[in-house]
Amino acid sequence: MTFTELSITGAARRLEGPLLFLERTIRVGLNSAVEVLGPDGVARVGRVALVDEERMVIEVLESTSGLGLGDTRVRVRNAPLTFGVGPGMLGRIFNSIGLPVDGGPPIPASEFLPVSGWSINPAARALPRDFIETGISTIDLMNSLVRGQKLPLFSGGGLPHDRMATEIAQRARLLGGEDGGFAVVFVGIGVSHDTAAAFREAMEASGAISRTVMFLNRADEPSAQRLLTPRYALTAAEYLAFTTGLHVLVVMTDMTNYCEALREVSASHGEVPSRKGYPGYMYSDLASIYERAGCIRGLPGTLTQLPILTMPADDIGHPIPDLTGYITEGQIVLDRELDRRGIYPPVRVLPSLSRLMSSGTGKGYTHEDHPGLANQLFAAYARATRVRVLASVMGAEGLTDVDRQFLEFGDLFENGIVAQEADRTLEDSMRLGWKLLHSLPAAELTRLSRAQVERYLGDTDG
Amino acid sequence: MSKAFIRWASGPVIRARTEGVFHSYEALSVGEAGLLGEVIQLNADEIVAQVYEDTTGLRPGDPVIGTGSPLSVRLGPDLLGGIFDGLLRPLSGLADFRLSTGASERPGRRFHFKPLVEKGCVLAAGQAFGQVPGARAQSCQAPPGIAGKILSIVGAGEYADDETLCELEDASGQRQALAMTHTWPVRMPRPCGQRLPPSAPMITGQRVLDTLFPVARGGRAALPGGFGTGKTILQEALAKWCDADVIVYVGCGERGNEMAEVLDEFPGLEDPRTGRPLMERAVIIANTSNMPVAAREASIYTAITVAEYFRDQGQHVALMADSTSRWAEALREVSGRLGELPGEAGYPAYLSARLAGFYERAARVKTLGGEEGSVTVIGAVSPPAGDFSEPVTLHTKRFVRCFWALDPERARARFYPAIHPLTSYSEDAGRVAPWWQAHGNSEWARHRERLLTLLEQQAKLERMARIVGKDALPAAQQVALTCAELVNEALLRQSSFSEVDRYCSPERQAAMLRVVVHFIDRAQQAVDDGTEPGRIAALPVLATLARLGEEFGEDRIEAIKALWNEIDTAFYGLVEATDDVH
Repeated sequence: MTFTELSITGAARRLEGPLLFLERTIRVGLNSAVEVLGPDGVARVGRVALVDEERMVIEVLESTSGLGLGDTRVRVRNAPLTFGVGPGMLGRIFNSIGLPVDGGPPIPASEFLPVSGWSINPAARALPRDFIETGISTIDLMNSLVRGQKLPLFSGGGLPHDRMATEIAQRARLLGGEDGGFAVVFVGIGVSHDTAAAFREAMEASGAISRTVMFLNRADEPSAQRLLTPRYALTAAEYLAFTTGLHVLVVMTDMTNYCEALREVSASHGEVPSRKGYPGYMYSDLASIYERAGCIRGLPGTLTQLPILTMPADDIGHPIPDLTGYITEGQIVLDRELDRRGIYPPVRVLPSLSRLMSSGTGKGYTHEDHPGLANQLFAAYARATRVRVLASVMGAEGLTDVDRQFLEFGDLFENGIVAQEADRTLEDSMRLGWKLLHSLPAAELTRLSRAQVERYLGDTDG
Repeated sequence: MSKAFIRWASGPVIRARTEGVFHSYEALSVGEAGLLGEVIQLNADEIVAQVYEDTTGLRPGDPVIGTGSPLSVRLGPDLLGGIFDGLLRPLSGLADFRLSTGASERPGRRFHFKPLVEKGCVLAAGQAFGQVPGARAQSCQAPPGIAGKILSIVGAGEYADDETLCELEDASGQRQALAMTHTWPVRMPRPCGQRLPPSAPMITGQRVLDTLFPVARGGRAALPGGFGTGKTILQEALAKWCDADVIVYVGCGERGNEMAEVLDEFPGLEDPRTGRPLMERAVIIANTSNMPVAAREASIYTAITVAEYFRDQGQHVALMADSTSRWAEALREVSGRLGELPGEAGYPAYLSARLAGFYERAARVKTLGGEEGSVTVIGAVSPPAGDFSEPVTLHTKRFVRCFWALDPERARARFYPAIHPLTSYSEDAGRVAPWWQAHGNSEWARHRERLLTLLEQQAKLERMARIVGKDALPAAQQVALTCAELVNEALLRQSSFSEVDRYCSPERQAAMLRVVVHFIDRAQQAVDDGTEPGRIAALPVLATLARLGEEFGEDRIEAIKALWNEIDTAFYGLVEATDDVH
């Protein structure tokens, strides 16, 4: 028996949290999309999570309050959840399940795409290589972002990650200004009303709102929906990137809320928990979101992800940042101490990393000496922080002359390169970097070639 | 073929009511799409199976068909230079960038074949009956367990790789057909003639490994490190530059872009020993993190089966597995769905046995055909929060001989490879010392020890300097710190992105090690003779040595050797100056 859509009434036997147990009267496939209608007439999206000979279990992805057993109607579609995407999505605002919430008309769908995306054949991926200039030195110079990368911001409560994300979304451009179509997909997962509003205002102010699609799941909406928000948003982003050929930047905030929802739903399924109560499959689940970034050979657009997560208790070893870091191509870590000192953007440079930096910088991409300079700045700043520890124990007087120079370098670096008032081009950032290295003895700059030392630092005494 | 019908389905696990006999670990075709699966439990009239593909759409009542044989892969000459999924299905050349599910066999290819035996000869198991000639000749052998008198064999020419080329009559009088390809069950180690003890090192071209923590051919190494410590970059560097004949690189639950990077880079790189494109010697198995979980578990076995297949042709094979933690997590996930009693951190209790079984398949052997071959396994481990006391790292440590621990602090200072010299170890060092002594450095063992003690001393002294200040340390200790810094900068640091230094030949390593140790010896002597530590640290030759890797490439090995005299001259200068003062 095949069917495309069927309605069943009166089959519900048990309702437990988000799980609805039904007597199975039809042959339905795993992961099929369903709509659960209560007496209130509201359709709640769900999926078939388990089937056996007698029953089927539906995971309701929205609030189950108000549902009964005898009067619940279930509409089953013989296909997984899809999202009808089409032209006219730019400039619009949607909820977690892809319905417009800006008062505008529904989107005329030209395609129905599965919200879980596809497994992209790794052999069909093109290596991301196009450097994106964000205007932030600690990213452009030290941890470069390239098109098709997934680079998260590891932040903490109260840190200015939203401001950074907004600025990046407004400024991001290809080096040299050459630009195809550009679009931003903003995904608010369990965000407060004002975060969403602030982002929207900022994009409106810069005129970028017409290139922006927003997906909003507010903090007061049911947490099961949070599992869908990024999936609907990424489906839209994939459509914009791979069908219409735009370069899409997806800003997702806050992935911590997503993971909390995942834990909640997993617990309600009665699954064996792994670390800190999070399900054992959280790695695979997060990968199914993050891996949707990339470039595909033969297709015009690209999909870049900038997920934001707040580290619980500022702990980078917590399962959420830890598993994210294993999937994403680097991370930008924000620091509370720098923030307290008034340094903006408060990027903690040393634990930050961009794995794709080597493929998008250097000769032919940015500047021949860019990787060497970044490398030397990292080494020098790492030494400066080590010296700082020494100095905190025995005071700066106990240091050698060279160590004192490094100590000074550390402060100059934080105030001169990390901190910035306005947008900076990569050239400006590099110039500042070379200038800073002048303050160190040339003999200590072993990460640079002799030629580079002579070219840029020739006038120093050795 | 036995048949069963799905009774229960959730995630990658199904239960099915059987009609007929199924066997443990039998491969299955599941549902109408023919998804690949494997029996993992047997109950009265029910089987429990894991499915290696996306199970969306599976319904109760869908058929499950037993294939009658365990999960097997087809091995043959078409593997080299290719990229495959965890079940050895091809990933390149597909029209759609989205992976589809369901049975898709590797398409057959045609190869030139040259017979090596004649009709009437007796062919032993594992003996070559023919060859696929070319830049990289591959031999076609009788699979293990198949032997007999040759009834017929084709002449030289081009044939499809699954065509019967040779027929045998075995001892029981049965006819056996041989082709260029044959299938082998992935969970069964391929037999060999004899296991040999490790002796020669596998040269990785990375100084910190070859000099401090060498791995022998046929050895086993683990590469644990938190995220961002450079596991993947190091694995890739090893795959590019190690002196194995064949590289099997398995990306298990890792990033898709990493595979793209390998595919982007390898074809353009040359093997420094043969000058041939590196891709020619590589087999890439990709099961990225967004591909189905259960296949992650199989991909590790697929990879080592492929490695053993080339070993049996008398090749030295290196298997890079990135990352074994994802494999362990796949085990955990399936175990959880089966409702098995969880052990430590939710992993099943048999985790340790599985890891042991995998690592034990690494070996240097005499093959059935009488040649020498080896499989060296290098497994990356991704411990949560970089904590080496978690189950996968701990159990892995029990079964490997080399432990290459990555250090987050070094990684943060962009000091790569970020291998921590004090927490890492190699049990193979003693075994490979004679090789180094015969290849350019008669004092290799002593030099290695010298470096290790110096680095150990550095850690102690730095702790002390934190309390009393560096200037307050005795002169000899200040010089020890300078020397340790030199070891780090000149020898241990090596950039994978530098065209000059990404590969370091054994000759160059020997030369570099000798001059650096010479400097250390002279420095220590000088300080004993009363030279000021500050003046040693200011020697211009020290700055030259610190850039040894970057500025003295493979073509300047003689220049490295010449530094010996320059060091002597520099220290004579110091001694004279010191004498003047006295």
